[in-house]
Amino acid sequence: MDLTSPTGVKIVLWVRTIAAWLVALLIFFPILFMLVTSFKTELQAIAVPSIWIFTPTLDNFTHVQERSDYLLYARNSLITSVVSTVVGLIIAAPAAYSMAYFPGKRTKDILMWMLSTKMMPAVGALVPVYVMAQTTHLLDTTFALIVVFMLSNLPLMVWMLYSHFKEIPPEILEAARMDGASLLTEFRHVILPLAMGGIASTGLLCLVLAWNEAFWSLNLTAANAGTLAALIASYSSPEGLFWSKLSAASVLAIAPIVVFGWFSQKQLVQGLTFGAVK
Amino acid sequence: MSFLELRGVEKQFGDVKTIKGVDLSIARGQFTVFVGPSGCGKSTLLRLIAGLETLTAGSIHLDGRDITRLPSAQRDLAMVFQSYALYPHMSVADNMSFALRLAKADPAVIKKKVDRAAEILNLGPYLHRLPRELSGGQRQRVAIGRAIVREPKVFLFDEPLSNLDAALRGQTRVEIAKLHRELGATTIYVTHDQVEAMTLADQVVVLRDGAIEQVGSPLDLYDRPANRFVAQFIGTPQMNVVDRGELPAAAGGVVGAAFVGIRPEDLHLKPAGQGQIGAKVELVEALGAETLIYLNTPRGAQIVLRQNERTALAAGDDVGIDVALDHLHWFDQNGKLIAAAH
Repeated sequence: MDLTSPTGVKIVLWVRTIAAWLVALLIFFPILFMLVTSFKTELQAIAVPSIWIFTPTLDNFTHVQERSDYLLYARNSLITSVVSTVVGLIIAAPAAYSMAYFPGKRTKDILMWMLSTKMMPAVGALVPVYVMAQTTHLLDTTFALIVVFMLSNLPLMVWMLYSHFKEIPPEILEAARMDGASLLTEFRHVILPLAMGGIASTGLLCLVLAWNEAFWSLNLTAANAGTLAALIASYSSPEGLFWSKLSAASVLAIAPIVVFGWFSQKQLVQGLTFGAVK
Repeated sequence: MSFLELRGVEKQFGDVKTIKGVDLSIARGQFTVFVGPSGCGKSTLLRLIAGLETLTAGSIHLDGRDITRLPSAQRDLAMVFQSYALYPHMSVADNMSFALRLAKADPAVIKKKVDRAAEILNLGPYLHRLPRELSGGQRQRVAIGRAIVREPKVFLFDEPLSNLDAALRGQTRVEIAKLHRELGATTIYVTHDQVEAMTLADQVVVLRDGAIEQVGSPLDLYDRPANRFVAQFIGTPQMNVVDRGELPAAAGGVVGAAFVGIRPEDLHLKPAGQGQIGAKVELVEALGAETLIYLNTPRGAQIVLRQNERTALAAGDDVGIDVALDHLHWFDQNGKLIAAAH
């Protein structure tokens, strides 16, 4: 059969579309299943085979809010992710700037070294970080989480900003210097507007990463500074498996970031493909 | 009195010395062109003056002030970049007024200056456009406008025409010359194109390997090149430089001369058997207004002859050549000029 003929092209298109939908459903299925389960009773949730037609209930959500203060956890998540991202950007931007425009002999090595810190499993640093947090009385504080989130995202931020700054031709900055711009004016009036897209996508990505972070939230916080990731975890083991309540907590935890991600997906995709397509 | 003065300027990148001790003096209002083959250091020299690179040794003085260690922003110079380097997120008007706005100039004064520059450069209708909405030639003019509104002490041009097509290049070259005449501003212009150098400059600085080969007016360089390099760099087609033995002894000579330079227009065609030397035609380029004839001498030298008349000669024809003996340039073994004609 000739796949370049009009009907052939149509068939190829259909096959592709169906394949894409199948893959997308496969990836999305666990989330869908979680969403559906959150509206079931506990009995319906553990039924085998799974029940797909039932009368939905909101009991689980009420239960989650009654047993634990959802808003407290949401607030902690919001504060830690936003503050760690903003502070991280403020630190990463000058670093990326100097590496992009005034590279030294070892700039590339420094960049590689920074990235290599991300290759170590977080658990490798658990004991020292925990002891430090303990001795400085920062256990179960949002401050400790902010510092840890910020530091763990910093290499990524510097890398992404570095790539975005690299795309601004250096002559434009030289022109600004000739025009009488100081370092700060140059940054504010030339680099910032030109790299805004890149800075925004970097910030968005790190915001999502910090929001979803579970390891440090679980290990460094308890009742006061716990994030939504800790809230979900609290539904897993101690009381046995309450599938529908666990699902309800999870849905509540991911809802804000899913909505946020939906609205900023264009920026996110641009940030993730930085340098590759232009 | 010199307005801009370079004293013993040197620049070293790593182990490589790209500028090897340049002394140069530029008068107020003068149009100076740095010219040389690529890699000769002309752009580096300009960037040193602009303050975009730091000197390894030497000093730069502008209008009686030592600016060697001043940042670019405080040197009171404006630069037009090869890539134009316009601010992509600003309108034409904002591009041109950026420096004045940074200097907190009076908005009324800014507007007046921008309008005037726009008028000089025919940019009036485009003031509110973004650079990406302009053609190459227009962007070039915005870059020049950005320099004009600042009324700097010195204009610096870094190969400003090399991104334009041939027709536009010629046109813009004429505009830059006119502009310089109107504004009378001190200008330094870097190019690898010797035609630009010849047509624009009051003073040409020929550079090679980070050192000055010769400084002089365009015709000075053409008529009295200091060495073989300058002789062959200035003028198209380039000067014929041949072994002095190519000329008959009767042509005279100078003690110590090893090579003789003859401009293509100082050679004249004669029928075969006549003239001081004989030659065989290798190629004829008929350009209309002028004709270039490439010749081989019996001793194997290749020379080119230029004349205004057209010719019926073809490759392989034998001809005689008359040499204008009072227009010869004599060079020694090292290519240094011993005696020039004129």
